[in-house]
Formats: sequence, C-alpha cells, structure tokens
Amino acid sequence: MKSQTMVRVKQKQIAQLVSIGKRLDGRELTDYREIQLEVGVVGRAEGSARVRLGKTEVMVGTKIELGEPFPDVPDQGVLTVNTELVPLASPTFEPGPPNEDSIELARVVDRGVRESKAIALEELCVEPGKKVFVVFVDVYVLNHDGNLIDASALAALAALLNTKMFNYEVKEGEVEVKPGYTPLSMRNYPIAVTFAKINDKLIVDPWLEEEQVMDARITITTDKDGKICAVQKGGYGCFTTQQISEAAKMAKQKAGELRKLVVKG
Amino acid sequence: MSQKKPEKLIDKNDVRNDGRGLNELRPLKIEVGVLGNADGSAYIEQGKNKILAAVYGPKEAHPKHLAIPDRALLRCRYHMAPFSVEERKSPAPSRREIELSKVIREALEPAVFVEYYPQTSIDTFIEVLQADGGTRCAAITVASLALADAGIPMRGLVAACAAGKVEGRLVLDLTDTEDKGGEADLPLAWMPNLNAITLLQMDGSLTIDEFEKVVNMAVEGCKQIYGLQKEALKAKYVAVKEEVEE
Repeated sequence: MKSQTMVRVKQKQIAQLVSIGKRLDGRELTDYREIQLEVGVVGRAEGSARVRLGKTEVMVGTKIELGEPFPDVPDQGVLTVNTELVPLASPTFEPGPPNEDSIELARVVDRGVRESKAIALEELCVEPGKKVFVVFVDVYVLNHDGNLIDASALAALAALLNTKMFNYEVKEGEVEVKPGYTPLSMRNYPIAVTFAKINDKLIVDPWLEEEQVMDARITITTDKDGKICAVQKGGYGCFTTQQISEAAKMAKQKAGELRKLVVKG
Repeated sequence: MSQKKPEKLIDKNDVRNDGRGLNELRPLKIEVGVLGNADGSAYIEQGKNKILAAVYGPKEAHPKHLAIPDRALLRCRYHMAPFSVEERKSPAPSRREIELSKVIREALEPAVFVEYYPQTSIDTFIEVLQADGGTRCAAITVASLALADAGIPMRGLVAACAAGKVEGRLVLDLTDTEDKGGEADLPLAWMPNLNAITLLQMDGSLTIDEFEKVVNMAVEGCKQIYGLQKEALKAKYVAVKEEVEE
C-alpha cells in the first residue's frame, strides 16, 4: 500500500510540472511511452497481439465463429468487441460482470474499428439474413498503468491484422471448412490517441498517476486517411473548443506515427 | 411496423425530410417540475423524443461504502422504456445504456457543486419514453433542469445538442433516420457559464476541418437550447407565483 500523503505530494508535483510543460517521467507533453508490439502470441486464437505501452500491458485475441447477422444489416458479418479488466491487472479491478469503465473501453475500441469500416464485413456473409461470420475481439488488460484505451485500440488493430480466416465452402447452406487460411480482409487502420487535461494543458498518453490528477480526457480516433472516425470525452472536467481543435490536429499526427508500428510497408 | 427509408434525406434546396433547414433544431417543448415525488423533475420533447428526468437528493448515500468524504456522489441512470423504440427493447440495461449513463453523469458533474454535500448522493433518473435520435443530448438538457429544479447549487445549466454530416452536408440535431443514413453524428454538451464542452462523442467519418465546423455548429445549437431551458425554468416559478398571489 502506498501512503496517501505520498500520493498527494506526487499528484501535486505532476500537476505543477505539467503547467510548466514538463512531466514527472521526463517525457514531452506530446510523447508516448515506449511501445512494444508482438503479434501471434496465442496460437489457438485466429489472431492475437500483445501491446506494452510503458508498464500498461494489453493482450487481444480474435476468434471467428458462425452466427446471425443484425436485422438492419442482414448481408454483413458481425463485429463484437469485449474487454476484460482482469483482477490480476490492478488492485482496483474486481472480478464480476463488466463495470462501466470496462464497457466504455470496449465501446470506444469498437467504435474506432466499426466507424472506420476497418473490417470488410460484407465479405463475411454466408447467407444473407441467416448466417454470417462473427468476429470476436476480446481485449484482455494484463497490467493497468494508464491509457488503456490507446493500448487496447492498438492491440485490437494489430490482432485483427494478424487474424487468419479459415477457408470454407458453402454446400447446401452449410459451411464446410477447407484446409488452409487467408488473412482477414482489412481496409482501414484506425488509431486512437488519448489526451488528458491537467492544469488546462493537454498531454498525450497519460500514465496512471497522471490519470488520477487529470480533469478530463479526450480520445480521438483517426483512420488511415487522417479522417476522424470516433471521439470520446471522459472524466468530470470540460474542454474549450480550441482545446478540442488542438487535440484533433495532434491526434492525426500522433496516429500517423503509431500506425507505422502496426501496419508494415 | 417499420417505415420505409426515404431515398433522400435532404433535397436539392437543402430542406430535410421533416421540413427543417440544415441549421435548424427540431421543435422543443420543455417543462420543469412535472413529477410529484421527486425533489426535482423535468420533461422534454425534442421532435419525436419524449424524455422524463427526476432527481432525488442530496440524501444519505446508499450503500454507505459508496459515500465520498469530501463531496456528493452524483449518480445517473439513463434508461429507455421497452416501448420507446421500433422493436421492443429489453428493460435490462444494455451496454449502450451503461455507457451513456456514464458519459451523461460526466457531462453533468462539472455543473454541480458536489463539494457542498459530502457523504450524500444525488440520484438522477432519466427515462426515455420515446426515442428518435439525439436522446443522450435531450437527456442532458432535461436532467440539468431537473437538478436545478431540485434546488441543487450549480455553476450553470448544461445544454446538449448533436450535429453531424448527412449526404455530404453538415446538419444540426439529427433524427434517428438521419443518424443511421448519414455519415457522422457528434453529440455535444455545452455549459454556457463556463464556455466549455462537457460531453463530446462522435462516430462516423469527418475531416478535421469538418469536425471543427460540426463542433461549432453543435455549440450554436446548445446556445439556442440554453435560451429555452432558462425560459422553462422561469415559467415554473411564474406559475408558482401566480398560484400564491391568487
């Protein structure tokens, strides 16, 4: 257990440093922590990836199964994103049904992938209105040290790019699995960039202790063409329109840098 | 029964299906103090949206371990009635409702002086009776009035409104059909007294330039809604005054 007094002192220091453009860990306000990326870390999964963002660690596995389409888009496959804040990742995570933080995290990751139309879902239709493939993206947080959204979104994209789809043939409405695999068809590469607002300044990639000090956060997800495809504000503070514009421009730039780590060539 | 989707959502003269211009809000009707038991309540109709909000508190926080030593616990529940949408919605809270409850709470909390009521809870209940796009925004607009009606000290009201892009044009206050058929939807909550955004979400596809325009458009919409909020709040007290003078 850390002493509450020490926590307060450190929080005050973090806030004071940010106001003069510095951070406790020596980063610039717009720097990410070191990012390590591994793909294909779980052989049983159709696709997988593990991202380390500083001490934050997230694993994502994808599975593809047969299921039913949504009634409003009968001719498209289904994307399902789920997150597990597993208790081994933080003293603040508890076992049980997903809480609102976990649901928000899943929905923000989902929105980025969905709205950028990253997966060619229309290629995953077997029989319109009846049978389609469901792509399950399961985000597993292994160590929580802040900015779970960016780490999870990055790991989800890397896992999807690593996903192999089994070959199949449709015989009398039934799917017959054939030997061999083809990569899941991907068209876009959404990248989430999160900013925390501390002392009226925006900082990129807040770590846990910065998150505990921040007034609010904003996540801006941009696609490969630099278009914004998802936004989510969180926390109890507020932003000015100027700060939002500033964040949008910076997000586009930072996303370009991060995308190079995941999308080769 | 499901209605057929119209072929075009906006005609060549920039008139939308419901007759509105691009920059026009749906008709709004707001009433404050509509429920007997609640400490504060309000009702809003924004186009076909019909939403009720009620506030109970500040009261002792239950369960006790949730009480915060130096401020009130603001709780918020956004819930849709099973009959509020085309296909019956299960009354159990969906993932969408849980997320919306969270972002609505975070949109309202900057407005409330939670530090005045340590150890207590302020519970905000929002029931969507009929939904037609933009319910989270209308919910924030009406919930902030219910908080004010409960006499809870606030830094100001919160007004919310969405803007987005439909068939290549930037539009204000999207209906459900426009949201589903359009390219982007951006719900935003605005506190005029702080000149600040307290809720911002977006899904779809916008260039940075369009994004900035849509944000400003939504802020302008919020300013109009703020005017109507103030009128509705005053109207309640005019009615009370008349009653007393009779």
